[in-house]
Amino acid sequence: MGVRTSLALAAGKGTRAVSRLRGGGSALPGLVTERLDPAVLRHTLGALPQGVVVVSGTNGKTTTTKMLVALLRAHGLRVFTNPTGSNFTRGVISSLLAEVGLSGRLDADVAVVELDEAHALHFSAQVPPTHALLLNVARDQLDRFAEIDHTARLLTTLAEQTTGGVVLNADDSFVSRISGHVGEGVQVRWFGVDPSIADRLPELQEADVRFEDAQAAREPGPGDGLLLPEEDGRAFTVRFVGDPDADVGPLTLRQRGLAAMINATAATATARHLLGGSFSAPTAARALAAVAPPFGRGEVIDVDGAPLELVLVKNPAGFTVALGTYGTEPVATMVAINDNYADGRDVSWLYDVSFDSLRERGVALTSGVRAWDMALRLRYDGVEVGHVEQDLDLGLDRFLTDHRGRPMRIFCTYTAMMHLRRRLADRFALARFGEDPDA
Amino acid sequence: MSEDRGVAQALPDDVAALADVPADKGEVHVVHLYPREMSIYGDLGNTRCLAARLRWHGYRPVVHDHHPGAPWPGRADIILGGGGQDSGQVRVTEDLARHTDRLRELALDGLPMLMICGMYQLFGEAFITVEGRRLPGLGILDVTTRGNATRMIGPVVLDTDFGSVVGYENHSGSTVLGQGQQPFGRVRHGSGNNGSDGHEGARTANVVGSYLHGPVLPANPALADGLLEVAARRATGGWDPAEVDDTVAERAHQAQVRRLLGS
Repeated sequence: MGVRTSLALAAGKGTRAVSRLRGGGSALPGLVTERLDPAVLRHTLGALPQGVVVVSGTNGKTTTTKMLVALLRAHGLRVFTNPTGSNFTRGVISSLLAEVGLSGRLDADVAVVELDEAHALHFSAQVPPTHALLLNVARDQLDRFAEIDHTARLLTTLAEQTTGGVVLNADDSFVSRISGHVGEGVQVRWFGVDPSIADRLPELQEADVRFEDAQAAREPGPGDGLLLPEEDGRAFTVRFVGDPDADVGPLTLRQRGLAAMINATAATATARHLLGGSFSAPTAARALAAVAPPFGRGEVIDVDGAPLELVLVKNPAGFTVALGTYGTEPVATMVAINDNYADGRDVSWLYDVSFDSLRERGVALTSGVRAWDMALRLRYDGVEVGHVEQDLDLGLDRFLTDHRGRPMRIFCTYTAMMHLRRRLADRFALARFGEDPDA
Repeated sequence: MSEDRGVAQALPDDVAALADVPADKGEVHVVHLYPREMSIYGDLGNTRCLAARLRWHGYRPVVHDHHPGAPWPGRADIILGGGGQDSGQVRVTEDLARHTDRLRELALDGLPMLMICGMYQLFGEAFITVEGRRLPGLGILDVTTRGNATRMIGPVVLDTDFGSVVGYENHSGSTVLGQGQQPFGRVRHGSGNNGSDGHEGARTANVVGSYLHGPVLPANPALADGLLEVAARRATGGWDPAEVDDTVAERAHQAQVRRLLGS
């Protein structure tokens, strides 16, 4: 550990203290530290005894990371993670600053970090991951990544740089193809859905059928972790092919929907791979059942006795899954669409989502920078819109007032979610972003 | 809508029901070229928009999704094509070559077509790759595109024959108009064909090529109806639009114009 790293960590900690006083964002301290010592991540994370796990892919990174961390901690491991969903290297460093001493020593056995596809490579150039969990590839923020093929290549490169083992989605051909690209001696493990529910895959993945082999899913094999839902649609088991003693469940997650279940399956398959013989199915089931939804991902907020659900939507696949999970329930619905950089500046993708499930009850209000575009999109699906209010604060006020005491749901893009979550936190005494007590 | 002619993209019944006019003004056939391979930026929204507007105007939309290798649809009154990735473009090249003569004839004959991004490039004279390889296009529009290291990305406002048009561009190809080739619009915000000459897209007769997705038609109803008028006249001998409430579309349009031009 060099003087440079210590100086960088000290500067970062100073920035962090100041920016917390000001209630500022989470990335600046990381930026300061990284500028002063570009190798700070290698110096701090590179020495962890059980390695560095990177979780990447388009959808479900934050939820899956949170679940994997909970699984490993339940098995007694000390885990460093970036729990805020700030999935750039700067966010990782900012998280690090809270936990690391100036010596650079981190009190952890293993690091589990979520990174978006582009930043994962920036990270892996610093710290080659020992393990990678690759979730899926969908169209997301195309103006940032430009092409699906490009995104798939980023994940492939990440897998190539991984030194110990990769866990791949058997049902996503962009991800399963990566198995042919891992280094010699790198182990490949799989997660997916049980063949008995293969017909539900379209709900989980974007209907992207540009390639003939896109639907050619990998046949399940020994050791695969497969999602098997119960009849009631809420409980499920993660079934390990050829090893029923390792089956986890049946259990019910606090976060609803098929997407959360597949995330739990991915996290469980990865935990079992990392823990080997010390993996305990009952421990895993208890840990998963206790995980609270991350901010804005199906999080339920108590608004004067009525539930308000915040559902983050970022791309066609995610919005379609969210509507499949929630769309037909009789609750008041608001949709908030921003087009800031972190949302993806292009809102074309709204036309690749079917809003039919909202038609019967309509949408009470659209809001955000692109509120009118959202209302226009709904018009083309025959969904009645009650009000359009671009200003998020005025929109939220109106929505809460008009539906006082009744169940409510807000579908929102990332920056709209952050804004609304802050307003709701102020009003209803919630934990602030980055201070998630369950993380 | 028509029951049995391979209508691949259903117009929601309730949208049809929202139209308080009978669909008694005749059929208009909309052909969407390569909706699987070349539809990455919400291009399906353009098809949906045309189908819905036809119905709202009292026409009966028939949508044909044309896939590579499939027989050419029995009838086309308006043709749409979208953007794709490089891999998607490769997948449609052969089929496009098979229908080149037909598409050229239809274009000369005044059939309305809207080609976005990747299909706009393929409708041009040629695409010259970063390595300098020349890939011939259909030559319906006199434009030449060069592969480029920098992408042109962001929201766009244009002045066009159809009034102001808003959309979003995302392309690395840099396109130059041939001598005498009319652009689709003049750039008021954004990069346009190449970021330097102020031109966006190309227009020959009723064939419009453009980099704008967004998708471009829903928030630009004048453009949508401009194309539909030509299509309906060809299909039914006249254009008899109904009163369509475009308040929401106009607000979405104006919100972008105000935000990007400050006026």
